[in-house]
Amino acid sequence: MHNYTIAELVKGLQSKQFSSVELTQHFLARISQFNDQYNAVITVTADQALQAAQLADQRLAMGSAPALCGVPLLHKDIFCTKGVRTSCGSKMLDNFIPPYNATVVENFEQAGVVMLGKTNMDEFAMGSSNETSFYGPVKNPWATDCVPGGSSGGSAAAVAGRLAPGATATDTGGSIRQPAALCGISGLKPTYGRVSRWGMIAFASSLDQAGPMARTAEDCALLLNCMASFDDKDSTCVDRDVPDYSASLNKSVKGLRIGVPKEYFSEGLHPGTEAAVKKALADLEAQGAELVEISLPNSDLSVPAYYVIAPAEASANLSRFDGVKYGYRCENPKDLQDMYCRTRSEGFGEEVQRRILIGTYCLSAGYYDAYYGKAQQVRKLIEQDFVNAFNDVDLIVGPTCPSPAFKFGSKGDDPVAMYLEDIYTIATNLAGLPGMSVPCGMVEGKPVGLQIIGNYFDEARMLNLAHQFQQVTDWHTQAPEGIS
Amino acid sequence: MNWETVIGLEVHVQLATKTKIFSAASTSFGAEPNTQACAIDLAMPGTLPVLNEQAVHYAIMFGLAIDAEIGKTSVFERKNYFYPDLPKGYQTTQLEKPIVGRGAVAIQLADGSTKSIRIHHAHLEEDAGKSVHEGDLPHGSSGVDLNRAGTPLIEIVSEPDMRSIEEAVAFAKKLHSIVTSIGICDGEMSQGSMRFDVNVSVRPMGTTKLGTRTETKNLNSFKFMEEAIEKEVERQIDVIEDGGTIRQETRLYNGDTKVAKAMRSKEEANDYRYFPCPDLLPVIVSDETIEALRRALPELPDARQARFVEQYALSTYDAGVLSSDASTASFFETVATHCGNPKLAANWTMGELSAALNNAGLGFADSPVSADQLAGMVARIADNSISGKMAKQVFEAMWQGGGNADEIIDAKGLKQVTDSGALEKIVTDVLDSNPTMVEDFINSDENKRKKKLGGFMGQIMKASKGQANPQQVNQILLQKLNELL
Repeated sequence: MHNYTIAELVKGLQSKQFSSVELTQHFLARISQFNDQYNAVITVTADQALQAAQLADQRLAMGSAPALCGVPLLHKDIFCTKGVRTSCGSKMLDNFIPPYNATVVENFEQAGVVMLGKTNMDEFAMGSSNETSFYGPVKNPWATDCVPGGSSGGSAAAVAGRLAPGATATDTGGSIRQPAALCGISGLKPTYGRVSRWGMIAFASSLDQAGPMARTAEDCALLLNCMASFDDKDSTCVDRDVPDYSASLNKSVKGLRIGVPKEYFSEGLHPGTEAAVKKALADLEAQGAELVEISLPNSDLSVPAYYVIAPAEASANLSRFDGVKYGYRCENPKDLQDMYCRTRSEGFGEEVQRRILIGTYCLSAGYYDAYYGKAQQVRKLIEQDFVNAFNDVDLIVGPTCPSPAFKFGSKGDDPVAMYLEDIYTIATNLAGLPGMSVPCGMVEGKPVGLQIIGNYFDEARMLNLAHQFQQVTDWHTQAPEGIS
Repeated sequence: MNWETVIGLEVHVQLATKTKIFSAASTSFGAEPNTQACAIDLAMPGTLPVLNEQAVHYAIMFGLAIDAEIGKTSVFERKNYFYPDLPKGYQTTQLEKPIVGRGAVAIQLADGSTKSIRIHHAHLEEDAGKSVHEGDLPHGSSGVDLNRAGTPLIEIVSEPDMRSIEEAVAFAKKLHSIVTSIGICDGEMSQGSMRFDVNVSVRPMGTTKLGTRTETKNLNSFKFMEEAIEKEVERQIDVIEDGGTIRQETRLYNGDTKVAKAMRSKEEANDYRYFPCPDLLPVIVSDETIEALRRALPELPDARQARFVEQYALSTYDAGVLSSDASTASFFETVATHCGNPKLAANWTMGELSAALNNAGLGFADSPVSADQLAGMVARIADNSISGKMAKQVFEAMWQGGGNADEIIDAKGLKQVTDSGALEKIVTDVLDSNPTMVEDFINSDENKRKKKLGGFMGQIMKASKGQANPQQVNQILLQKLNELL
């Protein structure tokens, strides 16, 4: 059952081929059997899941249940879940049980989706390897000595390892697309404002966006149908109709103009990755798409701009974790200052502290204009690059990340090397554009991701291209060794 | 040397919205700690702010009231600092693009002159919670009450245009008058609805360069503000005259103990690291909204004062006092229109009633004597049913809950004698029984006679048990005495 796609599970549930309880039991069993290997799930909500599955089965029995009713999913532990510990991968929130659901969680709950548990992640979504989690690193199911990517590494590994047919994730600079690429699955970061951020613990508010992870583009479409909604609790959420993302999957890609940014094939790109991406581009061309070389001239500025803006916002977003109201508080504080210092020094990991310091520095009097002000100008330039490009092309395609999954610890002492992991993904966050990653090859036995970037709110077209690509390739059906 | 005082004010005004600026929690005052703080106010992870439209409208109304530029695009920013009563670790406020730009407020001074105080800008922001250091708390710990956290404020920042305590107080009172008149603030100073930060510096009279200023924060009454400025001006002059220099610093003044002290110097000041809040979009206000708010703007104190002069023939001073806030003004207008004698209505509203309310610490809105009741009494003075002296007894009885004026007048038998036959008899009786006084009067010259009239009046009023109408008695008495000459 765990090899079924979500689309197949939906059919099976609706046709009573199996029940939601059976499905839920199956995936719970897989989690208890394999999670020790992957460390992808940090909280399993078995009792709650079985209850939800029973309810889903009742709804299914009555007919007219929503499409996803009875499908089990995992939620990234960045989404607040009412009554269920939501840690954000941090010691700071190890004891935090929210009294409310994130809108994303609520949307799935209303649709009858069964939550199996919460997935591991880089602490406060800060990381590209899942090594910064308080709960230990997640292992890549394709090579357990390698990272799964991050920050949504738990969700990606769980889907790749068939612990769940799909999972929710978030992407601030590549946190959906990069782990999707490294784990050989499909993942989509929607347009900023497409999915509500209410109840999603903020890293960098102007960049954060939630999206789905699954094995196929078709499944991502099904999940996005439910995830995307207008929410008046999030002022940055855009009030715009949600199309049926499944409806346009089968359109022909003939004549589609695909921009290939020359800056995405430069120094630093692994030759194996490059070859796989070029092969994928050729496949798309063979399907009738038209490849157009384009330039995104300010691409090289995206990483530096991002590493000013994201930490600046984070430095303020994470100030609320002060030991006063909830979460971790140090033992026996001497006074207020001591409580603040020790709570935050003990509760936050090294990478989180590094980014708070960078952000604080960038916003300081005398440095603001040189860093934050300048980064915002760069952000405008990057946005303009894309606006110009989309005047000429329908979609932009390139590699998701420079190389396949790397070994644990290999970038541990060099934050900048780690930051360069997101060199191809960060620009879309800065511009607020949607991007996705689909598997497009293998290098050294590890998956390679193909990134598809769309114009604002053009997720349907991206999914259409990805789905059509998956009709003529089988990378998305491949499973890591040991999974049958 | 003569010193000139230079004062600028920053005034925090709590807006009278039902709910908070970024959440749906109630803003009402005095609830049990932390019962009016929702997940957003507590800065729970993942929660997001949604701007209260009413707060924006109130801020714009203030801007219109002071004829200021309205920021058609205003931006909320985060002001970062750690404090236990600041749940997010930053205050959401405005800096570069405030909702209200430059404007001006006219103040009237005791000598009858007026002066315009420039407003630099006014911005929207959220209030913080309160730290609690007393009560049932574990040893060595403090509590936090977040009921107030997220209450909408406008902070009004003046230019350093005031040159005396009188001007500063007049300005503060004028702002109070404006915000209560347009209904954007309840004006309850004791509940912290208006709080003042005063920036004070001194310089030698006749010079133009500003001296180093200090800021005394969070004064919540006109009286404390006055005291704090007075002390600070004295302190600064003492320091300079002793050869010292003023440090730029933030100061606190305790109105109860009358002690002022330095809190932190400029060097110790926070670097607030302001940046635009990414959770909130810029606030765009349309011309239509501004015009609709302008049309709906209630009468402003200055316009009301002018109208009172015109409509009720009051002096400028009386009209100013009565129009200073909405509740006083509407109280007066009810009394004036119901009793038909605006001048008497003004005297009683500003005199007896205002004094009694002050003594009791009450506002016009909570007056034990209603406007209708007072009007009923004033009408009886106006139609000569009772004298001013009797009215004081009637007023006292109404204050004590004795009912309406007519009931009290009847019950106490206070009705004034206005029947001329009866009055004539009393006057004749008094003259007949005091022949020496009459003799004396006749033999005096013109000037002395006037003074001697009082003696007769006293006797007559006594004989009538105070119920004789004094004007009528006066007339009859003069007539009778003239007949004897």
